[in-house]
Amino acid sequence: MRTLNKITLVALALIIVFGVVGCQKKQAGGVVIHVLTMDQAGLKPAEIDQIAREFETLNPDIKVSMEYVGYDYVHDKIVTGMAATPPGYDAAMIDVIWPDEFIKSGYLLDVTNRVTADMKTNMFPASWNGVTRNGKIYGMPWLMDVKYFIYNKDILSKAGITAPPTTWEELVDQATTIKQKGLVEFPIMWSWAQKEAVVCDFTVLLFGNGGAFLDTSGKPAFNNEKGVQVLTWMKKTIDDGLTNPSAISSIEPDVEADFLAGKSAFAVNWLFQYSDSNDSTKSQIVGQAAFAPMPVFAAGAAAGIKGSSVDGSSSFAIMATSRYADQTWKFLTYLASNEVQMKYSAEMLPVWQNDFQGDALAKLLAATPNNPVTVPAFQAQFPYANERPTVAYYNEASAALQLAIQEALTGVKTPQQALDEAAATWVSLAGK
Amino acid sequence: MAAISPPRPRRKLSLRQQDVRTGWLLVIPALLVILGVTLWPIIYTFILSFYHAPTGLNQVRTFVGLGNYLEMIKDRTFWETIGRTMYFTIVSVSLEMVLGMAIAQLIHSHPWGWRFLRFSLIIPWAVPTIVNGAMWRWIYSADFGALNGLLMQLGLIKHYVPWLTLPNLAMPLVILADVWHTMPFVALILQAALATLPIELDEAAAVDGANAFQRFWQIRLPLLRPAILVALIARTVDAFRVFDIVYIITSSGPANRTLTITYLTYLNTFPWGNQGIGASLSFLISIFTISMALIFIRFLYHPEETQ
Repeated sequence: MRTLNKITLVALALIIVFGVVGCQKKQAGGVVIHVLTMDQAGLKPAEIDQIAREFETLNPDIKVSMEYVGYDYVHDKIVTGMAATPPGYDAAMIDVIWPDEFIKSGYLLDVTNRVTADMKTNMFPASWNGVTRNGKIYGMPWLMDVKYFIYNKDILSKAGITAPPTTWEELVDQATTIKQKGLVEFPIMWSWAQKEAVVCDFTVLLFGNGGAFLDTSGKPAFNNEKGVQVLTWMKKTIDDGLTNPSAISSIEPDVEADFLAGKSAFAVNWLFQYSDSNDSTKSQIVGQAAFAPMPVFAAGAAAGIKGSSVDGSSSFAIMATSRYADQTWKFLTYLASNEVQMKYSAEMLPVWQNDFQGDALAKLLAATPNNPVTVPAFQAQFPYANERPTVAYYNEASAALQLAIQEALTGVKTPQQALDEAAATWVSLAGK
Repeated sequence: MAAISPPRPRRKLSLRQQDVRTGWLLVIPALLVILGVTLWPIIYTFILSFYHAPTGLNQVRTFVGLGNYLEMIKDRTFWETIGRTMYFTIVSVSLEMVLGMAIAQLIHSHPWGWRFLRFSLIIPWAVPTIVNGAMWRWIYSADFGALNGLLMQLGLIKHYVPWLTLPNLAMPLVILADVWHTMPFVALILQAALATLPIELDEAAAVDGANAFQRFWQIRLPLLRPAILVALIARTVDAFRVFDIVYIITSSGPANRTLTITYLTYLNTFPWGNQGIGASLSFLISIFTISMALIFIRFLYHPEETQ
């Protein structure tokens, strides 16, 4: 009896062990592909889920398992997912600043031979630039986004302002008027938290002042007089009570929350803020948001700069470790197809440039109620999208710049001192 | 022809030996799993700390000996971060110990509603740290936060204060959130220890004319020393490795004023891809925490006094 009990116990232990291992089996009747993306800009999870279900109906042998995280967590999820066995993801959303790092890390599958002539010809060339290195293509364009200048029409109207600003100096004047009239306490809202968001806003301002991150020899140039002027201006708008001081701890959803609550007259944010501003379940300012071309500094305008924003595009890449590259590419092709992008264009405009011409443009404008506003805004702003540096050590370099900007904004260091230290870090990183 | 020796009779195991063998047989699979998920990563991380190890598949790793450790020790940011983490640890644990002791005493004296108080203490502790962090981030929110709303209603401020943007206040605010979350742990440990103390000593001292403070300071506190030691070590080690609450509330800002050593380790390991540096930082954290635990044991652990 005693021996029988022992055998039973050992058998139970083995059943548990093998049972757990057995759970790893491929799902019967097809494959499951795991896709990671962000829950922030672009389409909402419910919309992507809907697209995935449509794809599954067309391809019954492929199941799509979507995973959504906030933008700030996507990079780390990719890194940890790539260290896992079996690999965590078959495909992931790749921000425009990550390809160099991930290509160097060997994470991304070369899909050059999978890209069709139709895709190459009809998708925006800029969308391919984000995923092409040394002639090889590492992803499927998905979202073309830039930061937009969004203002509250009603607040400007109440302040007696007839047109939005075209220069940052005009913005200060208008914000001062709005503040003096007591319409809102802090008229301008930005995302200046110690995250990538602040580098995006700095990019907008830096290039709008005629500055650049690097000079022609590849050395840091953001700490020259152009960059210092920008950072000094940023700090002054806080000191003067025009920029909401909470911008220093805010990221893009915080900017949106502030603007949608009617607490700010001007905001710089991605496209998603516009559609949310007209959603009565989220917004107290339905119908009041409007786009204007991103202002530039007067000095920049005098030097011939017509516009400045930042490229916030992203793509989907197949992970190099994926066991289902063919099925994953099939899904990505569907996800980025002209039909799907046209259908879901309310919050994310198509990456297909042929949708912005001729009859297709009329169809695009009629596709959703937002499009008559967002399409012209995109056409006006995207040509002025500036790139952040494309280097493999970008994240660490960006962190140094984020710190410098925060040190200047909080008064810990002067703008010159802070930017000089960040530039020194960039030089050190480039030399490693 | 060699003589064939008779087969040796198989030694019969005693019942106890049979039980031991069965026990090992059952435990070995779990033991292997535990060793695999704890010991191996520690060894692997230790090895990694001697390499320049960029993140990625098939990346070339270069042996740098103590290079990663020396690079960190020479780095100003590292020492600033250590100082900041020590500040967090000392203030946070001190507040938790003092408040925890006070609440434990209160419960021990069985005032009206003490059972409800003891039960409600569990709630902040039971809340996951991530949820706690998100909650306090909202409380501190400049435009929508409860803290500003409360202070405005009390007439203590005229304008909303952007709490998390103030370099000198950000860390104290994170500490406050941490104390709210973990102080109940200390209070419950001390209250449980208080409940086991012999009441006769307290009564005898009272008869001899000792007042309440004297009885607490000279009788209960020395007897509570083992429980205090447990709470102190557990909380100090935990506080020194603080990460999640910082990640949620401030993300190390403003201007690195809440950058702690574990956060620096995370930045190096994942966003920046410096796994070698991250591994060396992990071991430096271990050295600091073990040192602090040993110091506490050296100065507080006197078993002969409590027997």
